[in-house]
Amino acid sequence: MGGLPAGKVEPTEHAYAEWERRVDALMVLLSGVHGGKRLMTVDELRKNIEALPPDAYDRMSYYERWVTSITQTMIQRGVITTDELGRKMSDVENRGQSPISAERPKP
Amino acid sequence: MKVKSGSDPDFPRFKAGDRVRVRKAYPLGHIRTPYYIRGHRGVIERFCGVFGNPEELAQMRSGEPRQPLYRVRFLQKDVWPAYRGNPEDVVEVEIFQHWLE
Repeated sequence: MGGLPAGKVEPTEHAYAEWERRVDALMVLLSGVHGGKRLMTVDELRKNIEALPPDAYDRMSYYERWVTSITQTMIQRGVITTDELGRKMSDVENRGQSPISAERPKP
Repeated sequence: MKVKSGSDPDFPRFKAGDRVRVRKAYPLGHIRTPYYIRGHRGVIERFCGVFGNPEELAQMRSGEPRQPLYRVRFLQKDVWPAYRGNPEDVVEVEIFQHWLE
């Protein structure tokens, strides 16, 4: 990788998870390639992936790097604020702890 | 792809078969020219078109002036000092004009 030893390349077929497809679609929409407003470029995506600390880069999957980079770019461009992001992440986290799921009988 | 006039800064300065050297420079920022190929000599394999400069596009700017892009061919034995494969094996890298001299 980058001219450094990185082990053998293992070619595999990928079955993408629903969230991975959504991240890919998000990038298409934000790039404005289908005529919408261009809110970022693939070069910003790459720049912010390169800016990941090496341990984070190694730990993350391909689309985890993408979604992290897209999020960073949206903050840099002022499309979203860190505060909005933090509040939304709490909302999403709490979805799994609604009264309905709390009442679910234990197996 | 539009054909450019000779006075246009986008006009490709190199053509297939030209011998080039990749600039050996290490600026900060988002650079598409891989580290391992900087400073090496190769041959233009083809002209790929004119594109927004990714170094500028990565920093939320316009990408102007656009840069000609080339596919450049290098001998693997020149790039990797310990290369033991066929001495005629090549590696091809797409490099923007402002990185070539």
